[in-house]
Amino acid sequence: MLCMDAPVLNARHLRKVYRTGEVDVVALADVSLAVQAGELIVLLGASGSGKSTLLNILGGLDVPSSGTLHFRDQLLSNADEAALTAYRREHVGFVFQFYNLIPSLTVRENVALVTDIASAPMDVDEAVAMVGLGPRRDHFPAQLSGGEQQRVAIARAVVKRPDLLLCDEPTGALDVQTGRLVLEVIERISREVGTTTVVITHNAAIAGMADRVLQLGDGQVVQEQRNACKVSPADLAW
Amino acid sequence: MKALDRKLLRDLRLMWSQALTIALVVASGIAGFVTTLSAIDSLEAARDHFYASGRFADVFARVKRAPDALQARLRAVPGVADVQTTTELAVRIQRAGVEDPIIGQLIGLPSDQRLRMNRVTLRGSRLGAEPGFSPGGPLPDGALPAWVSASFADAHGLQMGDRLSALINGKQRALHVAGVAMSPEYIFAGLWGMPDQRGFGVFWIDATALDAALDMTGAFNHIAVKLAPGAREAAVIDGLTRLLAPYGGRTAHGRAEQTSHAMLDNEIAEQRVLGSLMPGIFLAVAAFLLHVVVTRLVGTQREQIAALKALGYGNGAVRLHYLKLVGVIVAAGLLLGLVLGKWLGLGLMGLYAEFFRFPQFTHVLSPSLVVLAVGLTVGTALAGTWQAIAETVRLAPAEAMRPPAPGRYRRTLLERWGVTRIGTVGRMVLRQLERRPWRSGLAVAGIAASVAIVVLGNFFRDAIDHIVDTQFTLAMRNDVAVWTLEPTADRAAGELGRLPGVLQVESSRFVDATLVRGHRRERTQIRGYATHPLLYRIVDVDGRSIDPDGPGLVLTDRLADKLGVRVGDVLTVEILEGRPRTLQLPVDATVKEMMGLNAYMGREALNRALGDGDLSTGFVMVLARGSEAGILAATRQMPRAAGAFSKASMLRNMQEVSARNIRIMSTVLTVFAAVIAVGVVYNNARIALSERAWELASLRVLGFTRAEVSGLLLGELAIVIVVALPLGMVMGWALVHMLVGALKSDQFFFPVVIQPRTFAMAALVVLAAGVASALVVRRRIDRLDMVSALKTRE
Repeated sequence: MLCMDAPVLNARHLRKVYRTGEVDVVALADVSLAVQAGELIVLLGASGSGKSTLLNILGGLDVPSSGTLHFRDQLLSNADEAALTAYRREHVGFVFQFYNLIPSLTVRENVALVTDIASAPMDVDEAVAMVGLGPRRDHFPAQLSGGEQQRVAIARAVVKRPDLLLCDEPTGALDVQTGRLVLEVIERISREVGTTTVVITHNAAIAGMADRVLQLGDGQVVQEQRNACKVSPADLAW
Repeated sequence: MKALDRKLLRDLRLMWSQALTIALVVASGIAGFVTTLSAIDSLEAARDHFYASGRFADVFARVKRAPDALQARLRAVPGVADVQTTTELAVRIQRAGVEDPIIGQLIGLPSDQRLRMNRVTLRGSRLGAEPGFSPGGPLPDGALPAWVSASFADAHGLQMGDRLSALINGKQRALHVAGVAMSPEYIFAGLWGMPDQRGFGVFWIDATALDAALDMTGAFNHIAVKLAPGAREAAVIDGLTRLLAPYGGRTAHGRAEQTSHAMLDNEIAEQRVLGSLMPGIFLAVAAFLLHVVVTRLVGTQREQIAALKALGYGNGAVRLHYLKLVGVIVAAGLLLGLVLGKWLGLGLMGLYAEFFRFPQFTHVLSPSLVVLAVGLTVGTALAGTWQAIAETVRLAPAEAMRPPAPGRYRRTLLERWGVTRIGTVGRMVLRQLERRPWRSGLAVAGIAASVAIVVLGNFFRDAIDHIVDTQFTLAMRNDVAVWTLEPTADRAAGELGRLPGVLQVESSRFVDATLVRGHRRERTQIRGYATHPLLYRIVDVDGRSIDPDGPGLVLTDRLADKLGVRVGDVLTVEILEGRPRTLQLPVDATVKEMMGLNAYMGREALNRALGDGDLSTGFVMVLARGSEAGILAATRQMPRAAGAFSKASMLRNMQEVSARNIRIMSTVLTVFAAVIAVGVVYNNARIALSERAWELASLRVLGFTRAEVSGLLLGELAIVIVVALPLGMVMGWALVHMLVGALKSDQFFFPVVIQPRTFAMAALVVLAAGVASALVVRRRIDRLDMVSALKTRE
């Protein structure tokens, strides 16, 4: 029973306020959330709902203004830069909307960027093969389509065997066909590697593939829904 | 190789043109530094070596004639370790086919022992023949074998066995070239502190033969002294001066007043200031540029940095990565700078080798200088880079990952002042500049700095032109000057005036003297000019002439400062020739002059004060066109004339040696400065492009034409350059003032003269760099990928 285990991530009353010029912008008002190991969660929300902020905090890219966040036993909400870096390095894999590949490195080298610093990574070529880019492994990002670039980003994220895979609008910049393919890859790999996965999107159609769907609005979780039966990404349509 | 290091190499390859220009900037700074300082180090090493091997004397003195027996008493002066006496004489030399007057310094060398001081080193003596201690006695035909100073021999292309003739004791004697020699006493050869390779030569001759020719057997007229360790020079000079006075001795003097040594020292001191200050300025500019460039470069990699951090790379690793990037560029610059510096240093040494003659003159690039250059470069790079990298690296990755928030633009100052007729593009350009005043300011300052150093590099040309112009056009308005062996009755002026072709004659009288005020003493020459001089004038830095029409002295302002006297004060003047006399003379005026520590007086007033009649030691003349050769030949026949000098050949000497060297230096500095200017402008343009490529591509998508989009970026560059030009000129002017202040010495004051052409040149260099950069950037704008701009958010 999954719910019997201690959560991988445990967030309590997270709040994040940005100060832009003279105005305070509340990006996260009050979010509490527990993520169980192996779960695939989809965070849904319109733009400005606070989902990217939440993902950044969960991924150790940022710290909340108040509230607590634990990764297993480790308190992340007041961790320093070094601790956050170590957390990202050891436990988190990121997939970004705009891929954020290093343009001067090939597919293989972009993935190797992570294996150079991770403690027990999988083989680079294996990761590249997992996303189906074996034949294109020596191509540079500029020589790849958007979907291919996103698959490189996924390979780069999973090659370290992360405990947590965080995907920020992974299909946002892709057409439906390609987006579906990318989601398939995410779903399959997180299953194979056994990672906990959080996907944020404004695309409600993606919700079907999740174990659990959290709807964000105005910086809070406004609705939570558990999918009794998950839909395969291949069958998603938007 | 680690993936991050691969990224480093690829990034470098991608930004090769920027990397190259940055490396060239660093190389220019280092090369300037290494060139000058290595040349000075080499000069010092050669000097020290020659002084040691040639046993250069510490104190020098001259008498009219003293018996050899005096030697023992000189040796007994406390503090004296060794005394060497010789016979020396300045005579007129003639060489067939050479019209210009030549002065020869004849020095007697004993045949039975080697000199113990001021030893002569022979170059190119006959093969296989072991040179003796002297060139040997007279040849069967009566010619005197002579070793000739290298600079003179080279200037005249003298070969072994060539003949010259010397007027010795009223008789023409043939001199037979038996060798080419160098001595620590004549490393620099010239008259009156001006290099003159053709007009001045040293001839070492067998002492017995020379003594016989001069009736100096058993006597000497030149003394060289080696001080005992710990001896006080001033005390020894006092002791020697007292002993020598009865023999027509003038004040003995130390190395500081020995012409060759003083010239060499002066050059080294001047070059040290120049060699530290100029490259210092260059390196500071390079550091500043590096800062600007790296800040913006790292800024453009913001998202990559965020991605690296998101992947788990720590701040240290990211910082190291960018430091490595800068390190590679700077190291390349350093290496290039060292190689270039070594090469140019060799070249500069070649120029020195014409002025200064050493038996051994090798280029020294000392390890300490290399370490210093490396230290400076690393310091420069760190200073320029650290902050830029640290700031970006400090960003939380989430923050870095977001595209920088759209800037808070507002209406520009101009618009708020009511200037509304600015097109959209113009408005965007101005708002962009105004929104980031710090960045715009840095860009302006960078380009202004490069304008300033181009001005600085070119300044020396202007200064030397001004000096030459002041000296040879304003101060010396004569064609020929004739000097006498002894003070002569001024009737000679009339004789000269009657020579055919002489249009005007003006007399002058020069007297060696020591000026005394309290405990301060300065040895100098009082130059007695005509009361209202027309041909030989006193001209200040601003080109105004001053007449010595009072009863007292007109002093160079630096000399007055050294003596601590002001106009109206009275100086004690000890006359150093003829019978010992002490005069009290008022200071009538001071004059701000460029060169020397001079004391002037009206000739008639000087003669009255000295009380020995209407005497002159020199005559300057204006000649009819075409009569110069005839007049020079005629003066050669006058027994009382020591020599005659044409202004044209002095000017030629000046132009060919000193002025040429300064011009070469100036050209090298200007080239470096231009490289720096190009580096700044080009990098500015390239970085502006990479920062705004996305925005520009988006504008193209919206339907802006290529020209309009280019105008947006190039307009910014143009405005930055337009603002930077005048600012840079002001900065250049300030730098020149600073440099002139640092170069100011007792002997010399560089005038702050910057010709309009120098400012124009600086502006042109920067404008040319701007146009070239604009062309490159324009080509890149034309190739902007609009589709990718829509897809990515960069």
